[in-house]
Amino acid sequence: MKTSVKLRLAGLATTAMVLSAGTVLSADLVISNWAGYMAPDIAETFKAATGLTIEVVNHATNEEIMGKLMAGQGKGYDVVFVSSPFAHILNGQGLLEPLGPGKVPNLKNLYPQATKLAFDPGNTYAVPYAWGTTGLCYRSDLVEGTPDSWSYLLNPPAALKGKITMLSTDRWLMAAGLLYKGYSVNEKDAAKIEEAKNALIEAKKNLLAYDDTTFFSKLVSGEASLVQAWDGWCNYGIAENDKIKFVVPKEGSDLWIDTMVVMKNSEHKEAALKFLDFILEAKNHAWAASNIFYEVPNKPAMESLDPELVKKYPTMGVSPETLVKYEELQDLGEAQRDYSRAVSEIKAAN
Amino acid sequence: MSSQTVRSNLMALPAVAWLFLFMVVPCLIILAYAFLTRGLYGGIEYTPTAENFQRVIDPLYAKIFLTSVRIAGLATLLAILIAYPAAYAICLSPKRTQPLLLFFAVLPFWSNYLIRTYAWIVLLNREGLINNLLRWFGYEGEPLALLYREGAVITGLVYNYLPFVILAIYSSLSRLNGELIEASRDLGAGRVRTFFRVTLPLTMPGVAAGGVFVFVLSIGNFVTPALLGGGRFQMIGNLVYDQFLTANDWPFGAALGMVLIAIMIGLLLLQARASARFCGEKQEAANG
Repeated sequence: MKTSVKLRLAGLATTAMVLSAGTVLSADLVISNWAGYMAPDIAETFKAATGLTIEVVNHATNEEIMGKLMAGQGKGYDVVFVSSPFAHILNGQGLLEPLGPGKVPNLKNLYPQATKLAFDPGNTYAVPYAWGTTGLCYRSDLVEGTPDSWSYLLNPPAALKGKITMLSTDRWLMAAGLLYKGYSVNEKDAAKIEEAKNALIEAKKNLLAYDDTTFFSKLVSGEASLVQAWDGWCNYGIAENDKIKFVVPKEGSDLWIDTMVVMKNSEHKEAALKFLDFILEAKNHAWAASNIFYEVPNKPAMESLDPELVKKYPTMGVSPETLVKYEELQDLGEAQRDYSRAVSEIKAAN
Repeated sequence: MSSQTVRSNLMALPAVAWLFLFMVVPCLIILAYAFLTRGLYGGIEYTPTAENFQRVIDPLYAKIFLTSVRIAGLATLLAILIAYPAAYAICLSPKRTQPLLLFFAVLPFWSNYLIRTYAWIVLLNREGLINNLLRWFGYEGEPLALLYREGAVITGLVYNYLPFVILAIYSSLSRLNGELIEASRDLGAGRVRTFFRVTLPLTMPGVAAGGVFVFVLSIGNFVTPALLGGGRFQMIGNLVYDQFLTANDWPFGAALGMVLIAIMIGLLLLQARASARFCGEKQEAANG
């Protein structure tokens, strides 16, 4: 028996060695971003410009990367892309490296509005990468008039019943209900959250589906006539059918900001700051605007865009003045639980 | 200890190490998480609590459990009802064509699960193949709403897991002793009676194996309800997914996961016991 125990242990040790060898990283920088959110050749262009190598890893959601960063105090990551409420939390937890004056010279390219955002005035810990809003994306040939109110989504005219989709992520699903009821997208009052929840359960009867990823193709195929959409994603529909249009409801909407942050526990802070500066170069930042059809808060980058692109996709021409009038999404703190539960109840309702 | 035992131990080593590292250890980690407190922003805090299991029986989540059991149960029933005649037909066909027929039954299983599920979207949606065919045959009403209903979810589950059930029932049927059926007929039982009193009871282990398989895979499934249910149906799998990826409540997700694992182990044990008893009875019958 002794022999076999030893043999088993030896086998385990070998397995463990093989496994740990696989996790050794040799890149200068580890960057976590949503898939497809940067130029695919970013590693090559960055290496050509700075001589530094990067390894890009992907996260599917803010919550996913937050879990990883919280569990490991951010170790193993240098630059991370997260939405502004999450950057705010990370900073509050002391996990972010302050950017400090002069450390990222290309911050001068940002629109003045992007340097005064409520979650981080003066860009002290986060650099805005892309920004936009949420609204209604619709087939102008299938919807009568302009659906310029959230009530088109929650209390639709007969012709639209069963031809509507809503976003399924907590914040935006709840935002539709809250804005419809006249409340803030950051509402923390339990009774108001309850009201929005009830309105959304009622609205479920007229809904085709909850959809975060393929709503624009449902518009293209004609399965849906009206969908709740992020401005950039509506553009993916417009690319295939020019009858598709985007409108921000008159009750208002949210302003979301995706940002780049540097982890305090990064061992390559200088390289990380160089990377932020590299992205902020007009040419590199313009890649995001002209390929993922989101506006970027970079003045020279936006001015360098092909006028045809802005003509075809009107959301690409929305001024920063207009954009910052929408309500910035903020971290909810403990109220996040109420949102999660409300969304579970909506999804489980018949 | 004989050299043969050493050799067989050695050969089992990679599999045992694999199971230990990637199955036993992760399950233990999940079990530990289920008794800890959530961190407000994801991750966990090392404060022990039983709250996560108390939440599982909250009416809201209990309702989601019941929906999952209903959907998985209906999928299991339908899969068995479709698979049994199919397996029977394969068994009745000439010995030489049986492997080919089995091959065709399993063929869809070799394509990607997501693609197979998406194919149903292409078929069922309002502007999909079925509605277009209906229109082509002169149907003029509103397009049928087939997708994003419970029926679509069940269809997807049945379609995806059917090959397993056909295989399981086939293996039971093909081992069935034909003399028993002849005896039953000789003694005056009709075809129907022979089927229900002899064939079906003797192939129950195959039915149970296939059924448990569909049920266990269906109840924890989250892709099919998300795609074919349009997110309108919340099953436990979706709830677990949400806890880890959007609600940031790992301990509650872990507790739900443990409940799923417990259901699975319970069903597999029941099935193992039933088939062991069944084999025992057969043994006794053969000896007596």
